[in-house]
Amino acid sequence: MSAMLEIVGLTKLFPVRNGFGRKTGDVRAVDDVSFSIEKGKVYGLAGESGSGKSTIARMIMGLAKPTGGDIRLDGHSIIGETGTRAYGRKVQMVFQNPGSSLNPRRTVGQSIAVPLAAHGTPGGEHRRRIAELLEMVQLPADFALRYPHELSGGQKQRVAIARALAVAPQLLILDEPTSALDVSVQARVMDLLVDLGRQLGLTYLFISHDLSLMRNFADTVGVLYLGKIVETGATASVFEAPQHDYTRLLLASVPVISAEEEAMRPTIPLIDGEIPTAEQLIALRAAVSQRIEK
Amino acid sequence: MADALLSVRNLSVQFTTYGQTNPVLKGVSLDVPARSQIALVGESGSGKTVTMRAIMGLLRSPPAKVTSGEIFYDGRDLLTMPDRERLKLRGTAMSMVFQDPMSSLNPVFTIADQMGTILKYADRRLGRSRSGRERMARVHEVLGQVRMRDPERVARSYPIMLSGGMRQRVLIAMALLSEPKLLIADEPGTALDVTTQAQILKLLKDLVEERGLALLMITHNLGVVRETSNYVYVMNKGVVVEHRPTAELFEAPRDDYTKALISAVPRLTGGTSFGNAGAAA
Repeated sequence: MSAMLEIVGLTKLFPVRNGFGRKTGDVRAVDDVSFSIEKGKVYGLAGESGSGKSTIARMIMGLAKPTGGDIRLDGHSIIGETGTRAYGRKVQMVFQNPGSSLNPRRTVGQSIAVPLAAHGTPGGEHRRRIAELLEMVQLPADFALRYPHELSGGQKQRVAIARALAVAPQLLILDEPTSALDVSVQARVMDLLVDLGRQLGLTYLFISHDLSLMRNFADTVGVLYLGKIVETGATASVFEAPQHDYTRLLLASVPVISAEEEAMRPTIPLIDGEIPTAEQLIALRAAVSQRIEK
Repeated sequence: MADALLSVRNLSVQFTTYGQTNPVLKGVSLDVPARSQIALVGESGSGKTVTMRAIMGLLRSPPAKVTSGEIFYDGRDLLTMPDRERLKLRGTAMSMVFQDPMSSLNPVFTIADQMGTILKYADRRLGRSRSGRERMARVHEVLGQVRMRDPERVARSYPIMLSGGMRQRVLIAMALLSEPKLLIADEPGTALDVTTQAQILKLLKDLVEERGLALLMITHNLGVVRETSNYVYVMNKGVVVEHRPTAELFEAPRDDYTKALISAVPRLTGGTSFGNAGAAA
């Protein structure tokens, strides 16, 4: 049992400034978050907008600097090492919207060649490697010559996956990889991700607000609320017996399509939601932390 | 069905772009009886949005062209009536709740300005008139109906001062301003978080029931169909492939496309297995 990725007490503060640019406080976007992912497993981070899930992904990718805490990859702390080429070979990311994460002026082949060139694959091998990667994501080899606008949403996301796999990473961060896709296309992209995970022994960090999808893909799930993980555990047990009120609220809000699902959904009155004011947020946060300490 | 509030009969629409003509709707028929909750579900490109636009008279022609069919509202064909008559119905007898609360509101006017304007023109089309003060009273009243705790403050706000859920509720309030009999909702809440979406759907359902409205819900989400409708039309490639009472559809779908669509939805109870076992070897 070895952890591919360990997150320990990860914290990110963003300064709040007043109209004169003077710092008046901090927003705790990510607040003392810890979790670990074993090799070859899928860890799901569930949360709504503002929960901090994307900030966590950005810190792991080295796109944002943690205020505190540690990120360990394969047992080594990688703080300060993120953003280097060596790190990039181990960790890659698939973004949410394939329409905007692919360069419209590059062909599919050129897009996939960027990471190949950056990580020292000799130019003569590019063509062969691109064909290999396209085959892995079940696209015909002649797609290398097409531009993103010629592809459907599902095909674009396959290209984004091929590009992420170009450097043979060990950990793949999936940030809402199918939220822009139709449900039947989503099912096929998920099939591909599961197959690739098995074939290549990939470890996934799966970020999503879609709890039904999370239930069927993640081995372990962490529920994020206001920057804290309020509940974590094996996906099946968290879904069957949610302990935290927020998890219950999330589950109660999912539109479902069968009586069985409806039966397992907690019935709680939906909070009548106007956006909380700063004071209400602080009170909410205090309530959340009390609950965690209990 | 002649007694339906809205009845679309055998509607065909084609789009001509760059000299190429593509059929988009191929003989779509659907009925929305008064006080009913109907869903129209389909994936991207199925024609559900074009159907909605044709009903509302929002298709731009060219490139769109209605090649056959009728759309009856209260027994009168919308496609053959004079524009002036049709304008009297749009936004008054039937109104739309738009999808995207971020881009459907004008950022430089307050909610009161925008709702007041809508009401003013709706009144003018119907040959009514109200003073500015009466209009504001109506705006506050409708904002209260969509469960705003402080309608006057919301009315004074600019869109940027409101959360996504509140903006979506403002869009619902706008649709209710002239007391329509039919609400057409285009994927309301899809741009919002799941907890907020649940509140919006519940609010819509409550309003429709309280006020005796008919609801035509246009969505790609089968969960939303089940939560908000009692009769459903499934569209694929410009054709209605199946229409049934909602509960029946989920219990025993008949059409192959419907079956595939339902089986593609991941279940909250688990048991949806992704991946092809064969490829593992």
